[in-house]
Amino acid sequence: METSAPTMPAERAAGLAPVTRFLRTETGKGWLTISPPLIYAMLLLIGPIIVIVANSFWSQDYLTIDRTFTLENYRAALTEPIYRDLLMRSLFVSVTVAFVTVILAYPVAWFVSFHGGRYKGLWLFIITVPFWSGYLLRILSWKVILGYKGVLNETLLYLGVIAEPLSSLIYNVNAVVITLAHSWAAFAILPLFVSLEKLDRSLLEAAADLGDGPVRRFLRITLPLTMPGIIAALMIVMIPTVGDYVTPKLVGGKDGVMIANAIQVQFGKASNWPLGAALAVSTMVIVSMVAGAIVLLLAGLKRLLK
Amino acid sequence: MSALSASRRILSAYVILYVAILYFPVLLLPVFSFNDSATPKLPLAGFTFKWYESLAGNAAMQGAAWNSLVVGVSAAVLSTVLGICAARAITRHRFRGLGAASSLIMAPLILPEIIIAISLLVVMLGLGLQLSLVTVILGHLLICVPYSVTVLVSGFEGFDPSMEEASRDLGETSFGTLRRVTLPMLAPSIVSSLLVTFTISLDEFILAFFLSGTEPTLPVYIWGQLRFAAKLPNVLALGSILIAASLILLTAAELFRRRAERKMELRP
Repeated sequence: METSAPTMPAERAAGLAPVTRFLRTETGKGWLTISPPLIYAMLLLIGPIIVIVANSFWSQDYLTIDRTFTLENYRAALTEPIYRDLLMRSLFVSVTVAFVTVILAYPVAWFVSFHGGRYKGLWLFIITVPFWSGYLLRILSWKVILGYKGVLNETLLYLGVIAEPLSSLIYNVNAVVITLAHSWAAFAILPLFVSLEKLDRSLLEAAADLGDGPVRRFLRITLPLTMPGIIAALMIVMIPTVGDYVTPKLVGGKDGVMIANAIQVQFGKASNWPLGAALAVSTMVIVSMVAGAIVLLLAGLKRLLK
Repeated sequence: MSALSASRRILSAYVILYVAILYFPVLLLPVFSFNDSATPKLPLAGFTFKWYESLAGNAAMQGAAWNSLVVGVSAAVLSTVLGICAARAITRHRFRGLGAASSLIMAPLILPEIIIAISLLVVMLGLGLQLSLVTVILGHLLICVPYSVTVLVSGFEGFDPSMEEASRDLGETSFGTLRRVTLPMLAPSIVSSLLVTFTISLDEFILAFFLSGTEPTLPVYIWGQLRFAAKLPNVLALGSILIAASLILLTAAELFRRRAERKMELRP
């Protein structure tokens, strides 16, 4: 235990209990202040996740859970074609969505940071507001847009671009990617904007004075220096989207099912908690590994560019 | 020079297109909710209020609205209280472990919600708890606290800790300092945190879907109605009301946040 701050001699003489003394140090006061939300997160986040990990090593025996250690659930989660395919598809969707979102959002973050002037706050507000409202409704809206008799098909028919409605717009992986990318677009702006704000503008001026063109300036200064923001934006889009449940359910059809749908079935109709737990843990571990690989790759790219 | 302004014009056009696409699906549903047709399709058939009128006599929907209100208010108040503790520790204390503690508190922001939902479900059922609005509130609290912390950290950064010291030096107790100095200074940020977390709870679906048992919140009620194609126009009307409420609440939150920032600028 750390008791770096010096205690008062008078207190020491008074023989205060070590706990009381600790609580009067800077460290003690800090821990005491943060303890209510910290204990809450321990009890309702860490605790339940440990329970899920434990469950993933048990097995379902009709209505009860057999608590003998087994790796059977992981064997099923990682080798049975249905789960393997769902996992790979979920990873593909989340990585694609993350890159699409960041690439499309970067120019917008740039615009707000460089040309936003005194309206930067207002711009960020306008861009992020759709993200906070109507999660279900936005996905439903894409169903209305992309559907067989949807807005997009009707418009294209009206304009004479197509002779009959396209059935390829909805109920596939593309529809899931489009909907998710739209949902998370606003969220990706924030870390990109923060990293662009931190960028020292005089570096760009110096490079321009020394004869670097805009492309070179971007590749050698802006891109490497905003890499932390790019990485953060990729992560905050990729990790939550891998477990999205509603989007595949509403616009994915049978070709767009993702791992969250399989997890939900195990906790619902199929009632096999241990298998559901193993699917959830596998998803988290694999998405973390992919995230780690992307971070390393981009960090390497950054060094290369500099 | 002209090349520069040309690229600037392309960038501006791109940003406008981007924002338009961002808002298009959000604004499309309200348009169809006033459309006099049982299915959402173009061209629009005519203007009507009937989908909104039929909501008025819908007891199940009103029950869900009441549930959402109870959950939202509870989650907002409790997460703001927890958020004040965390934000205070983050801005006023330096100690080893602070980084780890605050990342744990912020973690629900980045975890897939389905993971949080199923782990809470297993624990609640394992403890023999009946699924109810309380279990939804407990879940919402987890995802609301990080937003509270974000709003309140900037609130704490906005005022000088020496004001609290002065209050204590002048003989005020810790509680008196909290009540008469800290909370009034933080008030705009606290209101902003309450509004933001209420909106997040109001909009949240996955946790409520897994943890609500027989008492649905509005998004869970909407989800149930999606099975019936004939109910779609009513869903669109209800959804439009929800989106409008969220927009108003978030705008109010933003105005309070601005006010907190202005307070900071006025500081001598």
